[in-house]
Amino acid sequence: MTPSTIVRPPARDPPKGAGTEPELFEIAKSAEMVRLHPELDEEPEDDTPLYMARRKIYPQRVHGTYRKIKWLVLFVTLGIYYCLPFVRWDRGPDAPSQAVLIDFPGRRFYFFFVEIWPQEIYYLTGLLIIAAMVLFLMNAVAGRVWCGYLCPQTVWTDLFQTIERWIEGDRREHFLRDRSGWSVERAARAGAKHFVWLMIAWWTGGAWVLYFSDAPTLVRDLATLHAPFVAYLWIGILTLTTYTFAGHMREQVCLYMCPWPRIQAALIDEYALNVTYRYDRGEPRGSIKKSAVLRAKGLPSGDCIECLQCVYVCPTGVDIRQGPNLGCIQCGLCIDACDAVMAKIGRPARLIAYDTDINIQHRQRGENPVYKIVRPRTALYATIITIVGGAMLYVLATRHSEAISVIHDRNPIFVRLSDGAVRNGYTIRIINKRLESREFILSVAGVAGALVDFADLPPREDGRLVIEVGPDQTREVRVLVTDYALTPPASAPIAFYLYDMVTGERAYANDNFRGPEGG
Amino acid sequence: MAESHEVDSVTGTATTGHVWDGISELNTPLPRWWLWLFYITIIWAVGYWLVYPAWPLVSSYSRGAFGWQSREAIEIDLADLRAQRGPMVQKLAAASLQEIVADPQLLTFARAQGRPVFAENCGPCHGSGAAVTKGYPNLNDDDWLWGGKLDDIAQTIRHGIRANDGDTRQSLMPAFGRDAMIKRDEVEAVADFVRSLAGLPVDAHADLARGKKVFADNCASCHGDTGKGNRELGAPNLTDGIWLYGADRATIVDVIWNGRGGIMPAWSQRLDDTTIKALAVYVHTLGGGEK
Repeated sequence: MTPSTIVRPPARDPPKGAGTEPELFEIAKSAEMVRLHPELDEEPEDDTPLYMARRKIYPQRVHGTYRKIKWLVLFVTLGIYYCLPFVRWDRGPDAPSQAVLIDFPGRRFYFFFVEIWPQEIYYLTGLLIIAAMVLFLMNAVAGRVWCGYLCPQTVWTDLFQTIERWIEGDRREHFLRDRSGWSVERAARAGAKHFVWLMIAWWTGGAWVLYFSDAPTLVRDLATLHAPFVAYLWIGILTLTTYTFAGHMREQVCLYMCPWPRIQAALIDEYALNVTYRYDRGEPRGSIKKSAVLRAKGLPSGDCIECLQCVYVCPTGVDIRQGPNLGCIQCGLCIDACDAVMAKIGRPARLIAYDTDINIQHRQRGENPVYKIVRPRTALYATIITIVGGAMLYVLATRHSEAISVIHDRNPIFVRLSDGAVRNGYTIRIINKRLESREFILSVAGVAGALVDFADLPPREDGRLVIEVGPDQTREVRVLVTDYALTPPASAPIAFYLYDMVTGERAYANDNFRGPEGG
Repeated sequence: MAESHEVDSVTGTATTGHVWDGISELNTPLPRWWLWLFYITIIWAVGYWLVYPAWPLVSSYSRGAFGWQSREAIEIDLADLRAQRGPMVQKLAAASLQEIVADPQLLTFARAQGRPVFAENCGPCHGSGAAVTKGYPNLNDDDWLWGGKLDDIAQTIRHGIRANDGDTRQSLMPAFGRDAMIKRDEVEAVADFVRSLAGLPVDAHADLARGKKVFADNCASCHGDTGKGNRELGAPNLTDGIWLYGADRATIVDVIWNGRGGIMPAWSQRLDDTTIKALAVYVHTLGGGEK
């Protein structure tokens, strides 16, 4: 099987099998089945249009295993999203008490017990690598499970479609109502739907801004119109995008806007599980009566009864029986729909299932199906995830809570004093990542007998170079190193040592001492 | 397109007729909403023309519906910045120089304020790093003509040196040779003597005794008997390793012959007092500041 990488608009040719059984297709059409399913309408193909109107999809309600998984994922992910900003985490008096907070003015990211400084943005790089690799791994194991269950576009669309079904009825009712002309009731239902949608979208935008400021305070400020304008702006933007994407754009985002379908089509291989119509079992398809007749005669007959339930429940309007499809987000709802039908007609479940084309061919040859979860590519992805994740954990666990960095003065590189001594100036930045104030002793090694002094700090009585750095802060201090040797070396390595007076923790930074002969 | 192309059997979509390695390109129609978005962007662009200054006219330009100007936007931003800095600036204005240096927060703020002011106003002569421009004192070192304490530096900045200001620092290095106060050979002798004061090598035939006498008669009144200088008069110390114009014999002879009188403007005529305080603190903390 070669994965289909071509962009495919909703099918316009009749379903497979119609060619072999034209009368069935005619019957189906006359019974409004196909008109109920506008994706299957025929269209002249001789003159390719430049633009194509969107066909509205009316996904039907469905029950079953995968629907339950989707509900669970929806409740968990949205629950986390809406509630997480309100989770508290005590960090003491000098730090915010919000468990997850992106503090742009303070330039910190708080995640429970982790606090990330801007210098540590490489953690984000590591997270992005892990995220990409997890996505690739999911894809190698079971195709677009991200798209079908976890993608925000899918989750919010699912929520919005559920609300649509509550208010405007399930597939058939909604479809007929849309074609019944305007009435007070229809307008009221449509208005109610859009109102609820906007409320959800508004709360989605509202939850977003709470990640960037203390949530309870911001909620109070928002309610009393005291919040900063930018908060209202972002709520407005995200309300608009949520309402547009989940309410109106829906599968169009997946089909036309999202790059992942294209990337995943290029990454997938023949062993990746996909939502697959087992045509070995399903074909030749036909009505229950015809199948019964064929079976009685001992002729081949498939399990697919052309009920189109799999198409009706599809949130992207795909006919899975046509094979792998760019529009298929692999949510598995067609599996649930088909299983329900199979149970009713007394045939085994999973005519549509997470499976591979290879297995279908195996079964056709009478061989056992093969499931290869461990393959070079899945092993590679898992290894990369482990290495990057392990490296990040190691760095996070062993990182220091203090640091020192040095910038040598560039202009002038050195200064000659009146007695001939050579002085170098350095700007030193000391980082204190602890949430308490700390005192550090600075010492310099490398230039013997050199005098070290702060240019902008009063001297300590005991003569030690002590710098106090406030909680969770950095402090910059200018240090002057003066060499009184008569013939200073051209350039000498110099090291700055930092020593925590209480805990004994150390940090150091290297630089050079430059003299007149220095290059 | 008039010519009809092959229809792809899998998707039912017409192809463009372009084929690479047996793969033909589908001619998938664009979604119609994309077309609407395209029109909306055009309308948006027209909106920009109307709202913002956009079109050059014969002698002017279209001003836009609300008269928005980037210059005014900057003014608003600057006003915001001033408001933001207001409390710190007020603290700076109220504090004495000694109080500024004693308060770490105020000190950091003053240095940050002083740095750009120095680059803008002082850098052209003293150099952006306040060092190594012949004839203009290096402000990093420990050699000060008029004093290196905070108040000395602030006084120099406020009223300048030999500037058009009633309180300016005033002194004169006469043109001893040009004005025929001493003779040519006396200039040369005293130049040798001055070099010997600083421990610099002098010619074996130099008449140091004569130079010493000339020095005592003419120079010592300002530079001191031992040549250590006098900050009251801005007379440089001639015994150390720092020379404003250079330590070679020809330069020293030239200075004695023609005299010197470098000028520094009185910055109180241009900068406000708070800024001058920040500037004084900045210069003081460059490295040479005296306690």
